[in-house]
Amino acid sequence: MNDVDFLLWVKGPAFSAAMVIFIAGMVLRFFEILSLGKKVNYAVPKSDPVQGGLREILRRFGTDKATFQRSLLTVIGGYVFHIGLFVVVFLLAAHIALLKSIIGFGWPNLPTPVVDAFAVITMLTLIAVLAHRLQHPVKRFLSTPSDYVVWASTFVPVLTGYMAYHHLLLAPSLMLGLHILSVEFLLVIFPFTKLTHAFTLFLARWYNGVSMGIRGVKS
Amino acid sequence: MSSLTLERGINAFKAQIDAPMASFFSSCVSCGMCAEACLFYTENPEPRFAPIYKLEPLRRVWEQEYTLIGKLKAKLGLSKPVTDAELAEWQELVYNNCSLCGRCTLICPVGNDLTYMIRKMREGMVASGHAPEGLIGASTRAVQIGSPMGVKLPALQAQVRHVEKSTGMEVPFDKVGAEYLLMLSSMEIMNYPEYLEAVAKILTNAGKTWTLSSECFEATNSGIQIGSSDIARELVSRVVNAAEKLKVKTVISPECGHAYTALRWEGPNLIGRPYTFAAKHIVEVLDELREQGLLQTEGMEEAKLTFHDPCQLVRRGGVVQQPRNLLNMVAKNFVEMSDCGTLNWCCGAGGGVSANEDAEEVKMKAFLRKKKQLDELGVDTLVTACANCRIQLEEGLEVNQMDIPVVGLTEMIAEHLVERKGGAA
Amino acid sequence: MRLGEIPIIVKDEVPIEGAPTSALGAYLHERGVSRRDFLKFCGLLASTMAISPALIPKIAEALENAKRPSVIWLSFQECTGCTESITRSHSPSIEGLIFDAISLDYHHTLQAASGYGAEEARAEAMKENYGKYVLVVDGSIPLDNPGYSTIAGISNLDMLKEAAAGAAAIVAVGTCAAYGGLPKADPNPTGAVSVADIIKDKPIINVPGCPPIPVVITGVIAHFLTFGLPELDSLGRPKAFYGQSIHDRCYRRPFYERGLFAETFDDEGAKAGWCLYKLGCKGPVTYNACATTKWNDGTSFPIESGHGCIGCSEPDFWDFGGFYQALSIPPGASGKNAVYAAAVGIAAGVAIGAMNKKSKADAAGLHQTVTVEELNQESQS
Repeated sequence: MNDVDFLLWVKGPAFSAAMVIFIAGMVLRFFEILSLGKKVNYAVPKSDPVQGGLREILRRFGTDKATFQRSLLTVIGGYVFHIGLFVVVFLLAAHIALLKSIIGFGWPNLPTPVVDAFAVITMLTLIAVLAHRLQHPVKRFLSTPSDYVVWASTFVPVLTGYMAYHHLLLAPSLMLGLHILSVEFLLVIFPFTKLTHAFTLFLARWYNGVSMGIRGVKS
Repeated sequence: MSSLTLERGINAFKAQIDAPMASFFSSCVSCGMCAEACLFYTENPEPRFAPIYKLEPLRRVWEQEYTLIGKLKAKLGLSKPVTDAELAEWQELVYNNCSLCGRCTLICPVGNDLTYMIRKMREGMVASGHAPEGLIGASTRAVQIGSPMGVKLPALQAQVRHVEKSTGMEVPFDKVGAEYLLMLSSMEIMNYPEYLEAVAKILTNAGKTWTLSSECFEATNSGIQIGSSDIARELVSRVVNAAEKLKVKTVISPECGHAYTALRWEGPNLIGRPYTFAAKHIVEVLDELREQGLLQTEGMEEAKLTFHDPCQLVRRGGVVQQPRNLLNMVAKNFVEMSDCGTLNWCCGAGGGVSANEDAEEVKMKAFLRKKKQLDELGVDTLVTACANCRIQLEEGLEVNQMDIPVVGLTEMIAEHLVERKGGAA
Repeated sequence: MRLGEIPIIVKDEVPIEGAPTSALGAYLHERGVSRRDFLKFCGLLASTMAISPALIPKIAEALENAKRPSVIWLSFQECTGCTESITRSHSPSIEGLIFDAISLDYHHTLQAASGYGAEEARAEAMKENYGKYVLVVDGSIPLDNPGYSTIAGISNLDMLKEAAAGAAAIVAVGTCAAYGGLPKADPNPTGAVSVADIIKDKPIINVPGCPPIPVVITGVIAHFLTFGLPELDSLGRPKAFYGQSIHDRCYRRPFYERGLFAETFDDEGAKAGWCLYKLGCKGPVTYNACATTKWNDGTSFPIESGHGCIGCSEPDFWDFGGFYQALSIPPGASGKNAVYAAAVGIAAGVAIGAMNKKSKADAAGLHQTVTVEELNQESQS
């Protein structure tokens, strides 16, 4: 198998398989979650539960000042690498072209060197976040092997993408193949690891927010 | 007679796990921020006190029973079933080191309602026989005697006579059609009798009809604290029956945090239908009277004072502004603590911790968080609206040799009450 | 002088024993190529092969003294595009002359001889120069059925093996010979394979492209004559010509960097000469010298004409997603496939959801009311 065969394989059957596992897996996960149901709440609500749900979905993108100060590294690291990932994944022209081919519409891209800078920041932050996880007693204690696999599966695609773009170490087409393969790995494990939080956090915030709405709690 | 077993516990977990919990477990990224939000961790920083870790057995049951990957892992021998020994080990985490204060629920960046899950997890802990002695005792007394502290009707009647004598007002029992049914907590009957007197004065002065029930006067609910819906249902039904029998419009939950949660939020779901009456915390009622102009005060407290927000009122009940409105009527030097309002730190003894002898040491450690908040302010008086908080605060202040009196908000208002002419007629 | 006009390609007019011994320099001189033109060509070669200009005299010297090797050119499953490319090298040119300078002893398209005469010429050249001749191959070799492509009744496979046995080296010209090319395109009806798939014991230089750039073909030959086998990349291509991607040397690269892309072939971006990535340009993964040497006497290359690179010098370029689909889009990426995947998820989800519901209902059914008596019994035990 030469570089191109490999690239063709990762772009062809491997990608199709990964996409099916990812989409089918996530849909399955939502069924798994929602099938467990939720009891009717007979308590008279103090404020609109729907508003509460929507408010919490948005509010939890931010944090209060005291929590920000107490969990400084976690919060800043979290913001930076999530924003970085967002930019790298969704604002690079090549990625937009791919997404457009699936969902049918695209959006403007950022200049490549800008995305490139975000990739560097993202990688550095991911390394810092990992170091923090290894050093912080609670994080280290709570972390399972799966957490580290999830970290690696997020880091490697950024690294390989960066290296493919800059022609580092390996032939770019081989590196591009590795990049795509690492993304496929990410897609495959996505529905079955904590990576699901990218989708389920909206559910979690919604349920919590509805409960807060019923209780009239505004934060 | 049947007995409590691991099977019943696991079964309870399975029955309790719902879509919200599955979303919560699916969303946790082990960021550890819940630990920083929890005073049982911040004051005693052992990683296992991180709130999410307290839920680990429940999470494992969810994964093994309700996810494809978990079933697969179990089949491949990659995950082990939850054992009785593990649940025994977790008792300390789920009861002694959690006051169901809801701070982690508010902080969690992915939006997990950890408090809700701990409450549900306790169902399985009870069913598997891993509830703490103290809470078993309280629940038993609550079910068998009618009060977790073993207070019986004659004790209340004695208090009532005392109040009637000192105020010259009638304290009605079983008055059908009254607007308010006043519920009490045993702590108030035994430790803070001034509460009953204060409410009696305020309500009568406002010209409201109100009553006590001789069948049920206890608003606290040990079933909520121990985490047994079966016991909680039995206890809340007594309140509902009394209220419906007397055809009252509103049941007043006393100055107690979890009683409010039990009556206001869990009650209707425990009995499986909406109430025919409204359930309100005394602070809410007082603020309504204030709005209606039926609560007038005179004179101001000169002391520098602050208000301790009971968790079940602010974070779990949405009662934030009302106590402030009331305090501002009577206090010149009202200052706020850091993190006041919905993010206020727990006193350290809610959610059954105060009734749990195993948690005595822990709850005093947890109090240190409150101490820090108070030290920052340097106040003369601490006001609160929960008898359970009050007991813990008094104990904590004493242990730490801090000379700050703790006052119930209702009493403070009553002291400044302007008696309306004809109002009490 | 044009290649087509040169009589040497007719076997009879080229004394076989003379060819390898006659030096290239003398030959060119006889044909009226000045020293100045020759050095200019050497300079061009040096620059295309990224050799230091200081080495130009060495190249010149080596070329001048190079012996004219015997070349046997075999054409299998091909379209003659590669030969067309060479014969259309801008003329009169020294590249053409270099090509003339070899002793091309067998070439279907160019030789005058036919039938038995042609095959005899091949047999003779192979015998005379056994172990020394250069074998050039264009076209792929069908393996499914030898009858798919034969020459003089000999299957391509047999002819290749026979000719390869006595070759000093093999130059696989064009993507078909190098990697299977178009005949190998999915579903590969003839079972086409490349030269390297069959011949394992000879040095093989792949000169892919559909067709390859003429100067690259001659450059490779020049390199072979002067310095021997060139350094090859992992796909058997001379690094001197295939070391950089089209994208790396593309004059539209600044637009890629700035994120300016033509969305259609007639939009403002296309008119302004923006990057063609989104229109399917395969430049980033295509290694060839088009962007530097260009085509048609250095006139332009496809991207300059407003069309993206189709990646013709890469293996399986025909199956590399659509020519007009952006490189990052895998062939399987479509909304339809996503919907199918979701349908699979829904089917599985309904099943597992039903299991979850039942499991939970069973648990609720098994619930026994917890009593304080039980609690106390437990706490005493």
